[in-house]
Amino acid sequence: MSTSHTAIPQPTEPREMAGTMMHATRPFFWSVRRELWEHRSIYIAPLAAAGLALFGFLFSLTSLTRRVGAAAALDAVHQRQTLMRPYDYAAGFLMVAALIVGIVYCLDTLYGERRDRSVLFWKSLPVSDLNVVLSKASVPLAILPLLTWSLTVATQFIILLLSMVALTGHGAGIALLWTQVSLFQMSLMLLYHLVTVHVLWHAPLYGWLLMVSAWARRAPVLWAVLPPLAIIAVEALVFNSSHFAHWLGYRFSGGSEAMVMTGGMPLDPGTHLTPGRFLSTPGLWFGLIFTAGFILAAARLRRYRGPI
Amino acid sequence: MTVIEARGLRKAFGTTIALDGIDLCVEQGRILGLIGPNGAGKTTALNSILGLTPYQGELRVLGRDPWQARERLMLDTCFIADVAVLPRWMQVSQALDYVAGVHPRFDRAKAEGFLAKTTIKRASKVRELSKGMVTQLHLALIMAIDAKLLVLDEPTLGLDILYRKQFYDSVLNDYFDGSRTIVVTTHQVEEVQDILTDLMFIDRGRIVLACTMEEFEDRYLEVMVHPEQVAAARELKPMHERQVFGRTILLFAGVERQRLAALGEVRRASIADLFVAVIGKEACQPQATTPGASR
Repeated sequence: MSTSHTAIPQPTEPREMAGTMMHATRPFFWSVRRELWEHRSIYIAPLAAAGLALFGFLFSLTSLTRRVGAAAALDAVHQRQTLMRPYDYAAGFLMVAALIVGIVYCLDTLYGERRDRSVLFWKSLPVSDLNVVLSKASVPLAILPLLTWSLTVATQFIILLLSMVALTGHGAGIALLWTQVSLFQMSLMLLYHLVTVHVLWHAPLYGWLLMVSAWARRAPVLWAVLPPLAIIAVEALVFNSSHFAHWLGYRFSGGSEAMVMTGGMPLDPGTHLTPGRFLSTPGLWFGLIFTAGFILAAARLRRYRGPI
Repeated sequence: MTVIEARGLRKAFGTTIALDGIDLCVEQGRILGLIGPNGAGKTTALNSILGLTPYQGELRVLGRDPWQARERLMLDTCFIADVAVLPRWMQVSQALDYVAGVHPRFDRAKAEGFLAKTTIKRASKVRELSKGMVTQLHLALIMAIDAKLLVLDEPTLGLDILYRKQFYDSVLNDYFDGSRTIVVTTHQVEEVQDILTDLMFIDRGRIVLACTMEEFEDRYLEVMVHPEQVAAARELKPMHERQVFGRTILLFAGVERQRLAALGEVRRASIADLFVAVIGKEACQPQATTPGASR
């Protein structure tokens, strides 16, 4: 186009350097907040799980006095297991809820924004693809574990409180409960378990799901599941072996290097933490390298992919 | 200052060529209308300009390569790609919070001011708003951003005439100030004819006409020819001929107004009629050269 008399030449840089019109921004913070606005299941599901655990515990309150009385006769290990059960259940419920929400969320988030075309709105703002993908990765790797932890601790505190009220009401002693159930220790064990297994060990799983979500034009669930299944099938047919399947199983159930469990549950006080052994597991570091690769790939894919 | 500069801009999807070597130069303070039939390459051109798609050839937007620097470019560029892109789950207040949180040039008070003129409630979700209201909201967000380039891709698609008129009135009166630049694509060409400073027709990935609106008004004239003058008028080689209520209307390019006045009633040509004349002819004669195509 030719220049017009109305066009006032105005160089780009001085206006930027003036800086008066710019205000401070926190793109990462707001990107995470917007994820919580959109995906309310991130906090509703763990809350529901906590509610369910409490609800179930309320039903068992009637028999609590009897069970605590019976536990007094048992040896220390079984006593602990009996008394710890409601606390373990609460933690387990919340962890499963968070796991499911994390998986569903990662698989949908980068696919969903392309499907509803809102990606065009997000891309019209000065937020980088990497920022967006990292904020999405922070949901399963930071937000959900923190939520799980704090809600579990709160739930366990309520359970302990209710137990003591119930036991006192029945005239039973609360000494046994008090000596065997250490909320503070449990909360530390839980935090350790969440960070080692649910964050560091499972990170590549979430990374993979985010990458598939950024890549798939349709049916991200199938694209996430079918390639590993195909590898297992081909391996079984061609080599008559199942290394990949074993490796996958190890990926999901692994992370056991982080602790030696004696009581069968991570929160059992008899469990020994072995962070040194965990950190020296090569699988951990390979997994983290893959996670970084998946996240970078997801960010790059988001740049190329338009609405579908 | 040149806001958009493209040389040999090309983009192919498989064997389909969406952009076939486009040259383009948009100066600051212009309002360019990019007009073309469906599938002509308008959206691909805009997507390249906005850094949403990779391309071949040379392209600079505000001095930057948009594909390499999209996020930086978006500090100075705003776009409304389609009315439907605001996330449907979002509340109006959340949209304000979010844009204020990530865009350093967003003036929240200004956006609130625009919204105050509408009936949009802060607590409403986008999915609860009518299509016209969603556009009002999007426009309120965009106009509160102190940007240099505004790109509108079919911004008024599916809106009723009141909202459409209001949309362009707002853009022109509350936003455009001569230091900004606007690129707009639309099929509702009658509504933008009076706001454009520049016009560009694009068809099958190529620019088939480019001129300023002053050039357009000087060059293209439409004559409702007196019945007895039709043969004489055809001698002057009209670009296009159509019949309305039995009268012959001829579109001329580059013929003096005085000469045409002798043949009948001379009127301003409309972009829509020129579009039909130029693109319609293209459709029949694929290799036809058209006036202004060399620009």
